[in-house]
Amino acid sequence: MTLEQATFALKRFGLGPRPGDAVRIAGDPRGALLAELATPPPDNLGPEASPDSTAIFLAIRADQEARRIRRAADNATQPMQSGSMAQAMGAGSPVAKASGAGAANGAGMASVATAAPMPGKPKDPKPAPSVSSQIYADEITRRIAAAHDAGTGVTERLVQFWANHFAVQSDKDEMVRGLAGSFEREAIRPFVLGRFEDMLLAATRHPAMLLSLDNASSVGPDSPVGKKRGLGLNENHARELMELHTVGVSGGYSQADVTSLAEVLTGWTFVRDRARPSAGDFAFNPGLHEPGDKRVMGRTYREDVVYAVGNEGQGLAVLHDLATNPATARHLAFKLARHFVADDPPKPLVDRLTATFTSTRGDLKAVGETLLKSDEAWAPTRKFATPQQFTIAAMRALDANIDAPMLMRALGVLGQPIWAPISPEGFHDDKATWLAPDAMTSRLDVADQFAQKARVNLPPAELVEAVLGPAASADTRQAVARAESERQALALVVMSPEFLWR
Amino acid sequence: MTDRNSRSAGALAPTRRVFLASVGAFVAWAHMPRAAFAGTRDPRFVVVILRGAMDGLAAVPPIGDPDYAKLRGDIAIGSPGMAGTVPLDGFFALNDAMPKLKQLYGSGEALIVHAVATAYRDRSHFDGQDVLESGLTQPGASRDGWLNRAVTALPRGEAVRPASGLAVSPTVPLVLRGGAPVFTWMPDGLMPVGMDTSDRLAGLYDHADPELARAFAAGRTIDRMAAGGTAVKGGDITASFRRIAIGAGRLLAEPDGPRIAAISFDGWDTHASEGPENGQLGRRLGALDGALDALKTELGPAWADTVVAVMTEFGRTAHVNGTDGTDHGTATTAFLVGGAVKGGRVLADWPGLAPDKLYQQRDLAPTTDLRAVLKGVLRDHLGIAEPVLATDIFPGSIGIRPIAGLIA
Repeated sequence: MTLEQATFALKRFGLGPRPGDAVRIAGDPRGALLAELATPPPDNLGPEASPDSTAIFLAIRADQEARRIRRAADNATQPMQSGSMAQAMGAGSPVAKASGAGAANGAGMASVATAAPMPGKPKDPKPAPSVSSQIYADEITRRIAAAHDAGTGVTERLVQFWANHFAVQSDKDEMVRGLAGSFEREAIRPFVLGRFEDMLLAATRHPAMLLSLDNASSVGPDSPVGKKRGLGLNENHARELMELHTVGVSGGYSQADVTSLAEVLTGWTFVRDRARPSAGDFAFNPGLHEPGDKRVMGRTYREDVVYAVGNEGQGLAVLHDLATNPATARHLAFKLARHFVADDPPKPLVDRLTATFTSTRGDLKAVGETLLKSDEAWAPTRKFATPQQFTIAAMRALDANIDAPMLMRALGVLGQPIWAPISPEGFHDDKATWLAPDAMTSRLDVADQFAQKARVNLPPAELVEAVLGPAASADTRQAVARAESERQALALVVMSPEFLWR
Repeated sequence: MTDRNSRSAGALAPTRRVFLASVGAFVAWAHMPRAAFAGTRDPRFVVVILRGAMDGLAAVPPIGDPDYAKLRGDIAIGSPGMAGTVPLDGFFALNDAMPKLKQLYGSGEALIVHAVATAYRDRSHFDGQDVLESGLTQPGASRDGWLNRAVTALPRGEAVRPASGLAVSPTVPLVLRGGAPVFTWMPDGLMPVGMDTSDRLAGLYDHADPELARAFAAGRTIDRMAAGGTAVKGGDITASFRRIAIGAGRLLAEPDGPRIAAISFDGWDTHASEGPENGQLGRRLGALDGALDALKTELGPAWADTVVAVMTEFGRTAHVNGTDGTDHGTATTAFLVGGAVKGGRVLADWPGLAPDKLYQQRDLAPTTDLRAVLKGVLRDHLGIAEPVLATDIFPGSIGIRPIAGLIA
């Protein structure tokens, strides 16, 4: 019975069982999850292991500049042989130097740029991928490793939940795409067991978010720059900050509040000038800030109050109030319960999560503990694995040797590319979104591909035991036992109802 | 023939440049004096594994056996009044889904071995394939495969680098796992899953989960419509088998390419609606036929010194079952194809299909050990010494003598 509970725990709260995981935590599944929250395992995604957003910003800008010059050179000397490209990019070019410097800042990127072609595959005749795409792929490579290495994976699940809550849309442009991984590492990951308000602030100030939701280009109409150039507000970020990130769509704000918050946030941008040492960092630019008192959701935020950090302080005050608004607690509690437990989550669970969030002033570790300790969260409700959850769980179950391009292709086919939702709302996680006819047959194609890349060293019947647990149905066991090949058996294991419903 | 190195690098054309650029320790056969073995020969050996247990009695029906027609009932192709075969030698016929194989048989380049089996006598696919590939007598006994050990045992000549094997699959199958270097190649792109796997999953959902069953069934219908109502997703096995064979053939044809390769074709587990003539088995045999023909075409002049050994983990029941299919059995057929094969014949110590002649009253009885066939090929085609075959390649097979005269 505890083995069954252990398998369930790994599916519901973790990244899915690897062979051996269920047995390892069978003594006390709940305790094992709580222990990981208390002492999160190292994930090799800390600041020392990856380039920070500043380095990434510089590398992408240098790459864009180099390509621009190359194009200009090509146009100027048409017709030009392909060999001339190297000359256009020769050592004497300041851009080539800058590009090299940028790549050097972004430690770890160079290895991706020079990755060898796949054995036996024809050389790709297309030009090398942009630095942005290389960084994106490299970030995914690291997430794949982290997913394989994670114990129960409960912390990684929280990272994925919150990264999707504060969704940046990496298909918006090259810069957002390149920065998306650093956003997760810098604005989400450090706070998933910390305070919500800190995460909110980090996410709101991150260049990836400022670009994704356009605040970097929002200008106060009466600010110095606005008056001089006739520029104005972009409300995108302000609206999503309330509707999606904090109080929720029924959180009690009006259009006037959205406009006010947009004014409050003017000047929240990042340093685009590559020559400055702080290039790529968040900055409050008073030249863009709309002057004056602002009224947001019934409270007035005065301009003349001396905030500790200057006028940025007006925004900090609003963010603090939004983070501690009761509607935010309810909105987040509901989303968490829906994500982990059921599309229609039990109200007592939502209430309890709300109460913890409120009483601890947004302590996300405490909220996670409340979730794990609530019996409603352990009820056998049916929650359908999203494509990302499915591919990660399958990778772990089969120890499948899936590289970043393969995972990206699979998730592209299945409609859930990493950090690239079609709206700032992020991906939904309900059955109605993902349990679709064509998605099911595509999922089987992916399962079959993963099965071919499996490194798991267990007879299929034992794999059923290890990853589906004692709850595996007789039908599933029989289908796997009768499979005509190991590949087919493995595909059936990860497509079984027991695997897809978590 | 054209100069193969000048072939342009299309989607399917692995080129020599690719080897040199991307495969580190590669085959040094080009440096190997031709005299190292059998004069000027430069032999190729390809193992084709049909996973799922291919029905030898439907591929090469013994139409001269008086018990054949009644055992097979509605699927007894080639029996009196039933089409579906072309005659081979009067006793055996060949499923007419394989016209190219018939041509090769006619030109002496295809040898059929019947009533053949590995040492395995139970009926699990996984264990059967394990024994087929490990070359041992028990499943789970080895982490490496006989073909890899054969690569290691190849006569060296003056080769400066070790020979390596080619696995035409995303990962290395057991038969090629081991100490000798192996590289893998597969056609680009996400290959749609086989219909058989899709059918089985549909069956599982039908029994176990109505909600998934509804969505999955609808998805299959959409795929079928998108494919024009004739084929189904993954249904074009002829094209996918051919793509694999073309790529493998080109790699093997390279002067400095691999000389040993393993290819897997899945989907032979025909429990229901076997369709040996135009159904699922007939289509698969046709796809296999096309793949063998593509190998021959791509190998060009090298075909003359090539042996392709086609094998499966075990056969199927002699009786047709209640769903016009067959269940897991024992002996089956194997094919040796290639310019180096002394073919044009069926090699069989025919046990007969009378009830008392069947293995455990249900299966074609094994009378030829597959290892004897393979040892004959490895000895006479690749020059591996008999003691090495008996101890290293197929350990414990001293009593199983290589069959002589398989190679022209």
